[in-house]
Amino acid sequence: MSLPERLLQSLWPFRLEKRTEPSSVMRLASPLIAATAMALTGLVVFLILGKDPMTACQVFFLKPLSTTYDLGELALKATPLMLCALGLALGFRANVWNIGAEGQLTLGAIAGSGIALFWGEALGAFALPVMMVAGALGGMAWAAIPAFLRTRFHTNEILVSLMLVYIAQQLLGYLVHGPWRDPDGNNFPQSKVFVENAVLPMLVEGTRVTAAFIVGLLLAVASWVFSTRSFAGYRMLVAGLAPQAAAYAGFSEKRNIWLALLIGGGMAGLAGISEVAGPIGLLQPVVSPGYGFAAIIVAFVGRLHPFGIVLASLLMSLLYLGGEAAQIDLQLPSSITGLFQGSLLFYLLAADLFITFRLRRIRRESRAVAGVAS
Amino acid sequence: MTKDVALPPRLQLRGITKRYPTVVANDRIDLTVGVGEIHALLGENGAGKSTLMKIVYGVTRPDEGLIVWEGKAVAIASPAEARKLGIGMVFQHFSLFETLTVAENIALAMDEKIKPALLAPRIREVSEKYGLPVDPDRLIHSMSVGERQRVEIVRCLLQSPRLLIMDEPTSVLTPQAVLKLFETLRRLASEGVSILYISHKLDEIRALCDTATVLRGGRLSGTAVPRDESNASLARLMVGSDLTACQLLPREPGEIELELTNLSLTTRDPFGTRLKDLNLRIRAGEIVGIAGVSGNGQKELLAALSGETLVGEINRSHAGMIRICGQPAGLLNPAQRRGLGLGFVPEERLGRGAVPAMTLAENALLTAASGGSSTGMVRHGMVQQQAARAFAKATIEQFKVKCGGEASVASSLSGGNLQKFIVGRETRLKPKVMVVAQPTWGVDVGAALLIRQALIDLRDQGVALLVISEELDELFMICDRIAVINQGRLSPTLPSAELSIEQIGVLMSASHADESRHAEHADVAA
Repeated sequence: MSLPERLLQSLWPFRLEKRTEPSSVMRLASPLIAATAMALTGLVVFLILGKDPMTACQVFFLKPLSTTYDLGELALKATPLMLCALGLALGFRANVWNIGAEGQLTLGAIAGSGIALFWGEALGAFALPVMMVAGALGGMAWAAIPAFLRTRFHTNEILVSLMLVYIAQQLLGYLVHGPWRDPDGNNFPQSKVFVENAVLPMLVEGTRVTAAFIVGLLLAVASWVFSTRSFAGYRMLVAGLAPQAAAYAGFSEKRNIWLALLIGGGMAGLAGISEVAGPIGLLQPVVSPGYGFAAIIVAFVGRLHPFGIVLASLLMSLLYLGGEAAQIDLQLPSSITGLFQGSLLFYLLAADLFITFRLRRIRRESRAVAGVAS
Repeated sequence: MTKDVALPPRLQLRGITKRYPTVVANDRIDLTVGVGEIHALLGENGAGKSTLMKIVYGVTRPDEGLIVWEGKAVAIASPAEARKLGIGMVFQHFSLFETLTVAENIALAMDEKIKPALLAPRIREVSEKYGLPVDPDRLIHSMSVGERQRVEIVRCLLQSPRLLIMDEPTSVLTPQAVLKLFETLRRLASEGVSILYISHKLDEIRALCDTATVLRGGRLSGTAVPRDESNASLARLMVGSDLTACQLLPREPGEIELELTNLSLTTRDPFGTRLKDLNLRIRAGEIVGIAGVSGNGQKELLAALSGETLVGEINRSHAGMIRICGQPAGLLNPAQRRGLGLGFVPEERLGRGAVPAMTLAENALLTAASGGSSTGMVRHGMVQQQAARAFAKATIEQFKVKCGGEASVASSLSGGNLQKFIVGRETRLKPKVMVVAQPTWGVDVGAALLIRQALIDLRDQGVALLVISEELDELFMICDRIAVINQGRLSPTLPSAELSIEQIGVLMSASHADESRHAEHADVAA
C-alpha cells in the first residue's frame, strides 16, 4: 500500500461496500437526510451573509406557513410542480428522460391562452374545459417532437426536449410582443386580460389557490393507479427496469417512448394553462419561474412515487415562497431559491448512494495481514 | 509431473465454516490441493462450492477455519491479495466491461498498471500458447459467452498463477475445444500449477481430475479419485441418491409447426453473424436440437425466432421465411408470435427472461399477459393481481421452484430456480412451439433433470420444440434430431441416434477459425 493510501486510510478508515440488496429504509430516509442537509447548508449561508440564522430560518421556512393566505400560496405554487413532476416521473421510471417540461408547460400556456383570447367569450361555460384540453394538447404536441425524433432517428430526447424549452420561450415572447399583444395595453408585452369565464375560480375565499390543485391531487391518484394497476403502466415499468425483458416480452419500445413523452408533455401543458388561467390571468413573456425544471428535482425527491411527489412539490413550493420572503425581509438576492433547490438535489443524489452502498469500517487486523502477505 | 513429496501442499483448507443469516454455506470443510494437482470440486448448485472458492479468492472471509498456503497460514482479505499470493480465478459469471476491448478489460484487471497497447502482444502470445484464440482489440459487447470466457481465462494466465480456480469452464466449448482446454490445463499442471476445477460434469471430471472433493448441502460429502469411480457413484456422493435418467420414448411426429425456409438475415452489429440460408422443419411432438459454439449465429437466430428481430422488413415477401403453426411470422412482434402459440425461454434469465427487481408474480405477467391462452391476468387494460399471483404460485408448485413464494424478487432466486420458473411460466402458457436457449447452463443436476423432463413432457404432449444448447450431452439426451450451426449456416438435421459426438464436433468446427470470420466482415462491408 502506498503512503498516500495509508495516510488516507488512517484519516478515513471506511470504505464503500455494496449492499446485498437495496435498503428500503434508506430509500425513504434519503429525501429526509437531503432536506436536513439542505437546511443546515442554508444556516451556514445565512451566517456567512451576516444574517441571524434563527431569524432567517423563521423567515424562510415558517413565515410562508403562518396564515391561510400563505398556505394558499403554498398549494398554488405546488400545483404546477406537482403536475409536471407526476408526468415526468412516469417517464423517468420508463427510462425516458424528458428534461423539457418547462417548454411543454409554455406551449400548454400558449395553446390554452389562444382559446381564451379568441373564443373565450363565445365558448361561455365551456371555455375552461376547452382551454384545459388545449393546454394539455399543446404540451403533448411539444413533447411529440422529441418522441418522433427519438423513435425515427434515434436522437437523444434529453437534448431535444431541453433545446425545445428555449424555442418555446422565444415563441411565447414573439406572441406577446407581436400578434397577441393587447392593443390597449400601453405597449406592455402582454395579452389582453382573460374574460371572467376563462379564469379558474378560487378554491378558498381569501387565497389564490385554484381548482387546479384538486386536479393535481386527483391526477396523483390516477397516476398511482396507472403505474401500479394498469398493464400499460406495467409495460412502462418493465421498459425502465429491464429493456431487454421488455423486448423479449414484445412490449414496443416506440410505444413506451411516445407514451412517456405524451403523458409528461400533457401534464406539463396542463400546468402551464393552469398558471395563466389561474394566478396570472393573461399571457406574459414569463409564465413560469422554472417550474418545469424544478419539477425534475420534485420527481426525484418524491422517489418517483405519486404520493411522494405531492409532498415533495409542497416542499419545493415552500422553497420558492421562502426565497421570496428572504428577498423582501432579509434583502437576500433572488438566487437564494436556486441555491436551496440545487443543494437539495445535490444532497439527495449523494444520500441515494447509500441505498445501494454502505460505509464499512476497515478493520485493523486486515491491514496487519496484508503486511504479512506481501 | 513435478509432484515432489517434500513440498508442502499448495493449498490446505482446514475446518472452513461460513454462516449466513439463514444458512450455513460451509460447514467445517477440509480440502487439500497438491502442487501440480488438478483437483475437482464437485457439488450441486447451493452445495457451497462458490462460497468456498470466494473464501479462497479473498472475496469473503470465513467465520472459522484455517487457510494454509504453501505451508504458511494466511488470511486472504481481498482478491488482490489472493492474486499476489498466486491465486487466479475464472468466474462463471464474467466481470467484463462491455464497451471496452479485450486488452482494455485485461489491463483494468491487472494489479500492475500496463497500457492496453503494450498488453496486446502478451495477450496474443498467451492465447496462442494455450490454444485460446482471442483478439485483443475486439469489443466485449460483440462477443458471445464462450468467447468472453476465453478472455477471462487468458486474463488469469497472464498473471502466471500457481493456483487456478476454474468455475464451470467447459459449458460453452465444443468437444474439441474442451479437449484442447484439458490439454492446456494438463500442461499448466505439469508446469507445477495447481488447478481447482469446479464442475458438475462427471465425465469431464473423470477424464481430467486427479482427485475430487464432493460437497453436499454445505458439508463435505466425500473425497474420491474420479478415475476409480463411475458416474453413478460420483452422482450419488453429490446428490445423495440415485439419479433417474430422462427417457425419450419413440413417437411419431405430427404436423410441421415451426418452419424456416431459406432464412437469411444480415446483421446490424458489426461483430454479429449473418444468417445464411437456414432451413429447418420441426413437427409437433419432436425435439430438434441445434449444437454449435456460441457466436456462430445462435443469438441472431434466436432473435429472429422470438420476434426481437423482424424478418422481411425490407422485402415483405421474406416474412414467410419463418412460419409458426403455418402462419408467416417474420413481421410479427414477440407478443403476436406468442399469440400464435410460441413459447420462448431465452439464454439470459435475469434481465431478459425475467425482470430482476420484480416479484415472481409480476414476472408471470411479463409473457403470460400476452400469451396465447387467456390467463385472465389483464382485463380491460388493468392487471388482475389475484390471477398473476395464482399463476406464479401454481408455476412455483408445479416446477418445484425453491423460493420464498410468489412475492420473492426474481434476483433473489438461484440461477437454477429462476430457470425452472421461466420454463414453467412458458410451459403453463400451453405453447404449440417452444424455443429454448441453453436450458440448463449453470443449473444444478437436480434442476437440470427437472427442466429436461419438462421439455420431454411437452414433446409427448405434441409440442414442437427447438433447443439451442452448447451442452452436447444434453442434446443427445433429449433431442430426436440434431443440427449444427456454424458461421451462420445450419447443417441438415440428423437423428441423434445416428450421430456421434465426434461427427458433431467436426461439423461445429468445419473451417471454423477467427480469420475466416474476419474475411466475412470484409465481404459484408464490400
